[in-house]
Amino acid sequence: MSKNATKYWKTNVKYVSILLFIWFIVSFGAGIIFKEELDVITVGGFKLGFWFAQQGSMYLFVIIIFVYIFLMNKLDKKHGFDE
Amino acid sequence: MSVLTWTYILVGITFSLYIGIAIWSKASSTKDFYVAGGGVSPIANGMATAADWMSAASFISMAGIISFSGYDGAVYLMGWTGGYVLLALLLAPYLRKFGKFTVPDFIGDRYYSNKARVVAVICALLVSFTYVAGQMRGVGIVFSRFLEVDIDTGVFIGMAIVLFYAVLGGMKGITYTQVAQYCVLIFAFMVPAIFISFQMTGNPIPQLGFGSELSDGSGMYLLDKLDGLNVELGFNEYTDNTKSMLDIFAITLALMVGTAGLPHVIVRFFTVKKVKDARKSAGIALLLIVILYSTAPAVAAFARTNLIDSLSGIYYLDVPNWFKTWESTGLISFVDLNLDGIINYSANINTNELIVDKDIMVLANPEIANLPNWVIALVAAGGLAAALSTAAGLLLVISASVSHDLIKKVINPKITEKGELLAARLSAFGAVLVAGYFGINPPGFVAAVVALAFGLAAASFFPAIILGIFYKKMNKEGAVSGMIAGTLLMLFYMCKYKLGWFDAVIPSKSDWWFGISPEGFGSLAMCVNFIVSLVVSKFTKPTPEHIKLLVEKIRIPSGVGEVNNSH
Repeated sequence: MSKNATKYWKTNVKYVSILLFIWFIVSFGAGIIFKEELDVITVGGFKLGFWFAQQGSMYLFVIIIFVYIFLMNKLDKKHGFDE
Repeated sequence: MSVLTWTYILVGITFSLYIGIAIWSKASSTKDFYVAGGGVSPIANGMATAADWMSAASFISMAGIISFSGYDGAVYLMGWTGGYVLLALLLAPYLRKFGKFTVPDFIGDRYYSNKARVVAVICALLVSFTYVAGQMRGVGIVFSRFLEVDIDTGVFIGMAIVLFYAVLGGMKGITYTQVAQYCVLIFAFMVPAIFISFQMTGNPIPQLGFGSELSDGSGMYLLDKLDGLNVELGFNEYTDNTKSMLDIFAITLALMVGTAGLPHVIVRFFTVKKVKDARKSAGIALLLIVILYSTAPAVAAFARTNLIDSLSGIYYLDVPNWFKTWESTGLISFVDLNLDGIINYSANINTNELIVDKDIMVLANPEIANLPNWVIALVAAGGLAAALSTAAGLLLVISASVSHDLIKKVINPKITEKGELLAARLSAFGAVLVAGYFGINPPGFVAAVVALAFGLAAASFFPAIILGIFYKKMNKEGAVSGMIAGTLLMLFYMCKYKLGWFDAVIPSKSDWWFGISPEGFGSLAMCVNFIVSLVVSKFTKPTPEHIKLLVEKIRIPSGVGEVNNSH
């Protein structure tokens, strides 16, 4: 693999790792593992852990994908891999 | 106008629309048939993916399931949306760059072996058939409830429609009908939800109304009231878990990974032009799915509060009209055990007098909220759109597995383009017949099969594809043994603990391995697949150089077109 391609791939893997970490935290973390602790906090009529499990995690999933799209489009251009 | 007249009109209009689209988008080559010519715009593909994904179960049953299980219902919400993050970040862009037609194509080429291809075809067929059996039944049920025909007639009508646009249009026909079906189903789901949210909380946005105060002047938050009602009747608090947290974790993970490994979802990303478009359409698909999925738990909470408020402790003679209408369908019934004429709804099965089917939470919602007849008919058209779009997508995967992966790649590589297209049409035809058979004679385990499909997808494809992209050293021996080990383990666990085939009775929960239910076992079977693959690959022949080059090419988006055009 060329140097440029290796660097591109490494950055891609870094982005993916960070975003998947967030993915894990907002769903398995906030919605399941720490659900009870978060439920002590309420926002409007929602207990926070419950809200993450039935609402928040899904909104954040959408945001994660769009952040990924934005980062990768920029990365493609930077390395000259834009189609 | 009556509900039935409205239903005939709306269903008639939407069906003619689907058929019209199918005729307009007739497939003329195998590329059209398998991947819609590879030129679908990312927005259209996102809409088609969303419709393909949301089945009759998502549309009709999911809100009801959440309504009865409260917090636990989150496994479906997170599981069936979180998988798209995995798809977008780990699979879709690379599979698009690889640029073939099917998942077994990727497995076969990446692991340089027709054996791997055949194993993948078997997994794809297992997953898709288990999934489609439930869908055809769903089509029949929706027809029978709304058009007052029996279920079998409903299955026949559904088969005829799907046959028409799947056989004629292939992926191209399916994609554009799915775009229309998404519009129908989302409109049909949102209209009643917005009305009800406004009625109950004064907030027209269901996602916010769900966390608002009730507009009945009590100043109470909806969820607090629901927690209270649930406890009063002897149920768990609505916002609390009933399953163990470990099991909830396992089920959510299995559903997420299963989603990312389902062939009929993955194949949608072969239909766009560029890698960039594959990422973008995954994002759009999830956004469109979340519109429905974030509304469903709100509908669930509204419906449950409504149900308890309007029925529990009420004299049977005073029940609202909708109760009488739906009683005749058998979806809701009252058995006056203590003969006091009052509906006694309770968590205690010995004193409970109200039996409610989960599906009623969506189906009867428009009537409970006193919405006009056309809205009720709209829900029928939406349910049909959801069931048909998913069934069609699955049938395409089945036909492509047979005509492309088996006939073209293994049995008769010399087959002409025309011959392959004919084979694809014939296998789509055959698949519809088999699916219809299962729809009319559902195997006794229909309820189990959807969970099985996700577990199987998680245990078979997901590790093989991920390792194929992210781990150059993964070789064919590793991948094949991993897929076989994961699939067999999953099948074994499902047969033993869900279907009870190996014992006189279905083993109890206390026998589950690590306390994980059959629904969540896919996550464990997936880990076994990963471990077996990695260990076996260490002790067998290394991956050939040309395959490593192929992986390097897959990882980079540019270089117009596919990795290798000579298929």
